[in-house]
Amino acid sequence: MTKMLQHSGYEEERLQRVAELLPCREVQAGMLLSLMGQPQQCSYPSIFIYGHRASGKSHVMQVLLKELELPHATVSCVECVSVALLFEQVLLSFFGCDAASLLPRSPSLSDFVRIYRQHCSQTPAKQTRYIVMEKAELLRDTDANLLPALLRLQELVDDNVTIILLSEIVWDKFRPNTGCFEPLLLHFPDYSKGELQQILSQDKHPSYSAEFYSSYINILLGVFYSVCRDLRELRHLAALNFSKFCEPLAEGKVKETDTHKLWRNIEPHLKKAMQTVYLREVSSLQWEQLQQMEERECGALRGLSAHTHVELPYYSKFLLIAAYLASYNPARTDKRFFLKHHGKIRKTNFLKKNEKTSNHLLGPKPFPLDRLLAIFYSVVDSRVAPTASIFSQISSLVTLQLLTKVSHDDQLDAPKYKCAVSMDFICAISRTVNFEIIKYLYDFL
Amino acid sequence: MSTSSVSKGCFVFKPSAKKKKTLSLEDHFSHGCESAESSEKRFKLCQDLWDKIKSDTEVLQDDLNRKILDSLLDFTRKCSSTRQLSDWASQMRASEIPTAALVLGVNVPDHDMTFQSLSELLQQSVTPHVASVQAKECGALKHLMKRVLERLMGTDVTVDDEEEEEAEQTSTPLHKSVDFHLLNIFPVFQKSNTPGKKRSSPSRDDPQQPPVVIIFKDLEAFNPKVLQDFILICSRYIERLPLMFIFGIATSPSTIQHMLPHSVSSLLCIELFQSLSCTQHLATVIDQLILTHHFPFKLNAKVLQVLMSIFLYHDFSVRNFIKGLQLALLEHFHSQPLSVLCCKKKDALLNVMQLSHSDLERIRNLPSFKRYRNTQLNAHTSKESNALGYFCFQEVCQKLIKGLHKYHKNYYPVLRCLHTLTSSLPRYPLGKQVRELHLICLEKNVWENEDYQTAMKLLRMLAKDELVALLQRCVEILQPTLLEMNESRRAKKLSPFEVLRNEALEFLDNLVKSHLSPPESHTLNEVCYYTSSATVRRHLNATPRTSIQAALNSPYYYLQNDRLKTVDGSVSNSAPDICIAYKLHLECGRLINLYDWLEAYATVVSAAEGNNPDSDNYGKVEEVKHARFIRAVSELEFLGFIKSTKQKTDHVARLTWGGC
Repeated sequence: MTKMLQHSGYEEERLQRVAELLPCREVQAGMLLSLMGQPQQCSYPSIFIYGHRASGKSHVMQVLLKELELPHATVSCVECVSVALLFEQVLLSFFGCDAASLLPRSPSLSDFVRIYRQHCSQTPAKQTRYIVMEKAELLRDTDANLLPALLRLQELVDDNVTIILLSEIVWDKFRPNTGCFEPLLLHFPDYSKGELQQILSQDKHPSYSAEFYSSYINILLGVFYSVCRDLRELRHLAALNFSKFCEPLAEGKVKETDTHKLWRNIEPHLKKAMQTVYLREVSSLQWEQLQQMEERECGALRGLSAHTHVELPYYSKFLLIAAYLASYNPARTDKRFFLKHHGKIRKTNFLKKNEKTSNHLLGPKPFPLDRLLAIFYSVVDSRVAPTASIFSQISSLVTLQLLTKVSHDDQLDAPKYKCAVSMDFICAISRTVNFEIIKYLYDFL
Repeated sequence: MSTSSVSKGCFVFKPSAKKKKTLSLEDHFSHGCESAESSEKRFKLCQDLWDKIKSDTEVLQDDLNRKILDSLLDFTRKCSSTRQLSDWASQMRASEIPTAALVLGVNVPDHDMTFQSLSELLQQSVTPHVASVQAKECGALKHLMKRVLERLMGTDVTVDDEEEEEAEQTSTPLHKSVDFHLLNIFPVFQKSNTPGKKRSSPSRDDPQQPPVVIIFKDLEAFNPKVLQDFILICSRYIERLPLMFIFGIATSPSTIQHMLPHSVSSLLCIELFQSLSCTQHLATVIDQLILTHHFPFKLNAKVLQVLMSIFLYHDFSVRNFIKGLQLALLEHFHSQPLSVLCCKKKDALLNVMQLSHSDLERIRNLPSFKRYRNTQLNAHTSKESNALGYFCFQEVCQKLIKGLHKYHKNYYPVLRCLHTLTSSLPRYPLGKQVRELHLICLEKNVWENEDYQTAMKLLRMLAKDELVALLQRCVEILQPTLLEMNESRRAKKLSPFEVLRNEALEFLDNLVKSHLSPPESHTLNEVCYYTSSATVRRHLNATPRTSIQAALNSPYYYLQNDRLKTVDGSVSNSAPDICIAYKLHLECGRLINLYDWLEAYATVVSAAEGNNPDSDNYGKVEEVKHARFIRAVSELEFLGFIKSTKQKTDHVARLTWGGC
């Protein structure tokens, strides 16, 4: 039962349709409608809407603006790699391409305001114009004056225009140091389990009854609700696994109403989906193919993260090992590990107060190139000439992101690096060259 | 050309066009070539051989890539066809962007060829819309967008770039950033799909939309943020635009998960494609180019070892391996006048008759030929020695060339045969790969090798069915060359297994002994074998540090000025300042007193100027010398031989050892 939206400015039928399109978001939609007022009325300059992913922010805005036929421009901030694009899209949807083409190359905010005013005086607004900005959190990375200016654009352009910012984070993280006009805040809470159930049950399969599908959604939510509340993702998972759910039905083993048997059939399958296709270890295409295959063959498919083996040239392996040692051993201990006659030095003598925590917990430390090469020459078993290809291997390791360069690119003299591979990875690499890395690690002494 | 600038500076003058007289390849080849008269012929031989090697490797590469490329093409076709489905499940599914993760191995430069043929194949058979991008040209999102759009639309796209704006503000008031939007490829896209324009896949008559494929050549090098934003933007249009990604991955597929958070990777439908490992690739290349008698040009053990170790130890690059082969080929034909004989048997026999007198003299002086003559002389005292006279000499050479070709013809089948037998033995006494066995055989008599003896012992212990299977495979290899062996074995098939086994192995042993002798033992091997491993190593595996030390120790080596020539390895007084300073610093300990160093330097330089040792000025430090010294010292510091130290005032620390 959908609650009625009530507003004096719009026809009953339209509001009815809007309400049907926005299940479980009636409160927010009603709130927005009352904020927006009647079309010709002047509206509040800026509204800030926040809520998690897939909580219906864009959807509500789209439905409201489209169904009520209000003049609007929707801009996604990811796409606006420059402010020019943003201005252009706004002008384009309000005044047509004539206005957009008036913008100079790399326009400033005042260019935008000037052109807006110019056109707005020719075609004054009869209704409130809306600018919807999706992923507004990216506005924080643009020019410092853009966000404050947008918030009071109504004043600047002297037009009945409202900015609606949609974001996943709260307004407190937006507020500039210099202060700005405060928008109206509106929160979209997460859908509750019941609401998710209600929304998901709406897209029932045409050849099955609504109750049947609803019971399927119920089972699905029972498995996935604890890890995922993203509506989009849940809908995707529901579509992927529905055919498996219907399998016993098609074989004639169970009736539609026998929920328990259906549950027993689908539950292990969904658990498996949670570990594979939900994490994108297995693509949805592969998942669908798997369902058609026999149970036995399923084990053969390995997820993406199972492939971690990397083949490297012999010296690259040792360079990586040397880098790992340099990153995780304190430089003082190099003498102990790589000098032939280091004498007896026990770990306790070495220990400094702040080094009691494991270096592996602290993460890799930067090291200079000299130290890397010194360790490399002492761990590699044969005599290696310091050739150009040794050095070029270091930079290829950097491009492969197995090492990261810490110093600035411009610094040619004594560059610094960090090792970016995991313990497991380096152990696997060391095994292939018969190098016992554990013996050389200070943490495992 | 002059500059009217008052300030000091560095000016670049581009050479005028007329000076650029381009020399042909052949001129370069003949320049400084040994024995110029035959250089033309050698150049042609060399080039023919190289062309053949090149085309053969290209064919090989295509064959190797075919499988993975075919499955990729299938994937793209499948993706673009499933998109059209309108059943319930595909409607409810979130539309993901189909993504192929193509794992190609760590040697990134080798991937270029694969991507080249991939995008060609895609364009031929799947879609005209293919754009490939590299990380280095896409530092920011707008650059990535620009490249993608440029390549899809085939035109230039202007981006509002900070640098350009000043210059163009007046000339182009109409700015173009409208172009800079993903949806702009729609017009291009739709135009190509109109029925009027025929695509190369007319077999399907449904109006299927060809996908828009974007290839990221080196995924690891991309800025993760840029990639994430790009995927987010693309996913906004996936319903209208059939986009598809191909990720070129050098390390492992788990990089995708390291780079992309779940919110982004959930927009992709990733399928994995693993290419052939580069070691397998190399094995195939060696099999086709080295282990065959079709190419008369050969590498000796050391050169092959150098090329192989560069591959295995340094770069894993098949392309570089072939480059190395090319270098050896060029060097051989350039430096060895007798390489005119390094060609097909028929041509070689012809070329023998056309050898000049000096070339024949060269043959006489070849070490292998001298050995041959000595054995001949020992065997027959008078009769045969006549044959070595000038007229019959060419015939003898022809005979020897024939022998060499016969040796090669038999060598490779027997090598493979031995490898089939030994490669399945426990602990691989003669190597896992056929190239290892080849190296052993090239170096010395393989049958004298201890590992060979153990291998033979192990073979005698094999079970019947295993041995028979192995022998069967050997027979298959040997079939074309040695039919007679085949028959002798068949005839005795009924006799007891042990006798037969021993005989078979005996036979194999004899084969090895007669055919797998190292090439050095064969007369005229110098014609075909390139031996200068040092040259190859110097060219391919540069050692900057050794070069610097060589330059500092003996400047004559690089500067070729007679005044710098010295006998005993010492540095002449007139050497460049830095060489003198370097030589002097070698005599010091770990810490060097700068003043002592300066004085020593001044003395040496005064001697070079020819000042009278008794005069007052001798060895005195004047301003110019002081300045020169300081420059030399700072140059040494720049090269990393010394550094300043706080341990002692007026001292610098040495960073190298030895030399005292």
